Amino acid sequence: MTGPNCPPRLNDDSDTAPESQRWRKLDRRTVAVTALRGAGLAVAAGFPAGAAIAGGTSPRVAVAVVVPAALVLIAVAALIDDVRWRKTSYRVLADRVELRKGILVRSNRVLSRHRIRGVDITAPLLLRAFGLVHVKLGTGEQTSVGESSLVLHPVTRAEADDLRTVLLHRGTATARPAAPADGALATFQPSWVRFAPMSFVTPTLGLAFFGVILQVAEWFGLRAGVLSWSLDLLRDLALPLAVLAVLVAGTAVGVVGSMALFTEMWWQFRLERERSGTLRVRRGLLTTRSISLEERRLRGVELVEPLGNRLVGAARIDAVATGLVRQRSNERTDHKTLLPPAPRQEADRVAALVLREPVSPTKSVHLLAHPTAARGRRVRWALLAVAAVVVPLLVVGLTAVPVLLPVAGGCAVVLTPVALGLALDAYRNLGHGLTGDYLVTRSGVLRRSTVALRRRGIIGWTATQSIFQRRRGLITLTATTAAGGGAYSIYDVGQAEGLEFAEAAVGELFGPFLERA
Amino acid sequence: MGDTATVRLRPPRNRLDRRALRWWWTKSLVAVGVPIVASLLAAMVSPVGTWLYWVAGAVAVVGLPVALLLPLWWYRVHRWEITEDAVYTRTGFFWQEWRVAPMSRIQTVDTQRGPLEQLFGLATVTVTTASAKGAVTIPGLDHRLAAQVAEQLTRTTQATPGDAT
Repeated sequence: MTGPNCPPRLNDDSDTAPESQRWRKLDRRTVAVTALRGAGLAVAAGFPAGAAIAGGTSPRVAVAVVVPAALVLIAVAALIDDVRWRKTSYRVLADRVELRKGILVRSNRVLSRHRIRGVDITAPLLLRAFGLVHVKLGTGEQTSVGESSLVLHPVTRAEADDLRTVLLHRGTATARPAAPADGALATFQPSWVRFAPMSFVTPTLGLAFFGVILQVAEWFGLRAGVLSWSLDLLRDLALPLAVLAVLVAGTAVGVVGSMALFTEMWWQFRLERERSGTLRVRRGLLTTRSISLEERRLRGVELVEPLGNRLVGAARIDAVATGLVRQRSNERTDHKTLLPPAPRQEADRVAALVLREPVSPTKSVHLLAHPTAARGRRVRWALLAVAAVVVPLLVVGLTAVPVLLPVAGGCAVVLTPVALGLALDAYRNLGHGLTGDYLVTRSGVLRRSTVALRRRGIIGWTATQSIFQRRRGLITLTATTAAGGGAYSIYDVGQAEGLEFAEAAVGELFGPFLERA
Repeated sequence: MGDTATVRLRPPRNRLDRRALRWWWTKSLVAVGVPIVASLLAAMVSPVGTWLYWVAGAVAVVGLPVALLLPLWWYRVHRWEITEDAVYTRTGFFWQEWRVAPMSRIQTVDTQRGPLEQLFGLATVTVTTASAKGAVTIPGLDHRLAAQVAEQLTRTTQATPGDAT
């Protein structure tokens, strides 16, 4: 085997040379990384465990138990990783990429090179310190992760960049330098951080903060102490002030936390188009990520405006592309995001650039409003939702617990306007339209989504009509596509108008089945 | 809305096999019958179980008519059609649904036969497209017809180039 640091020769023109087809190993230093990670884990788990043991016996016993256990843990982790390293090898052939791995169960995975649609590079902080990265080669199949991807974990950054260039820029023999053709389509603006707190992340982090404090306190057996200390602190304040203090503290932590999270994810964000027709997103402060997306997989874009962002005029852009498999549930779907929350104008500009249109379809489209019957439905849903909260309170209040009666009244007074406001906003947000090659549909309140879908990317229509919709002449039309979520709906459009629209958008689908009396 | 007010999707041409009715009746009678029988048995065994008779009665009064009538409705509503260019179906009663999958986008054609379907000589044809949500299902076909349909669809779609995305 060659040395781990020997840079591989992967040039397209040497593909036929036997040397580039030899089996290669992952980077040897993965063992060191694993040992370090094990050490980190040992420290993180060892302290609470040690504290617990010390609480029961003495500190000396705790050290005598925890330290050897930690050392064994680190050694075992390193040993397993060493075996894994020995058993793993891969090679890049002219037509395919092969990976052999597995300690007990050997597996040999083969990906055809012409089916590889994405080469994603991730470098967590620890790997970065060693100049290493993870590489994930993915095909554009809508299958589960296991079958359609191949992960190299880890290789050197230079090798990863080589792989990316060779595997994505096929057919362009001169693409070796992979210089961005159009340069950056968008780059990170520090001012965008201001949009980060306007999301559900803020209250979640605020709550999590209090939870973590209590949890840590419990590890050290100090929970009661922390609680009584903070109660003492708050007792001197009047009740409203105390509530306010807790709220302010939680919010402050949430705001700072969400901004930190945003910065970690999107620092040095850069969206660029490379000469071979690949969009590339690079971002990250501690963990750096590089995500590539072939333009021919793109079927449109989705302009996403969560309520908080919409209030301050921000929007993010997601790609609607085929073969973007959700990787793991904890990774969420942010690998399809082409632009983090940014001013709406910037979002429209980037959407236009990504789609190679002079003006973004999300901006040029004239969205048609939906019939007022759709508003009636939303208002009724809102009132039903309020009733679902208030009526049980009222019933219990009238029969058993009279105290609940004012609570029911309060809920009704507070919730009704909120629900009605959301319902009216939901109706206002409904819209659909055609512009150039794109079908645009918009809906949603808490997460307003404006999807611009390339018309030839639509591979089917589904129309649904409940009996309530039928009575009011409404219909929901859903365009199915191989890309993104698989289906995008136009909710509660007038039946005749909607069907005419569906035919105008993609004639050959519903067209032959329409009946005009 | 003026003169376009009467645009609608015409029903697909073909009904399902009449045996689908028996298949659905069997399924819905099992769905309703099991809780009825279970609560009757429980009522007989348990000393305090008289209220379980009421449960069984209520389920029977509400469930049996539904179990008998719903398949009739389904049979009226469920329709399918295969043209040269597309597969077109209509399903559902409370939530009616029309689906179109064009031939050029069909990726796989499956036929399935559950135990009950085998009993009644029926089969279900499922046509999938590249969309995760675009599958079109035709249940309750005569199993020979289903095989024919699947065969015909497979031949047509194989003649279409491209990866159908």
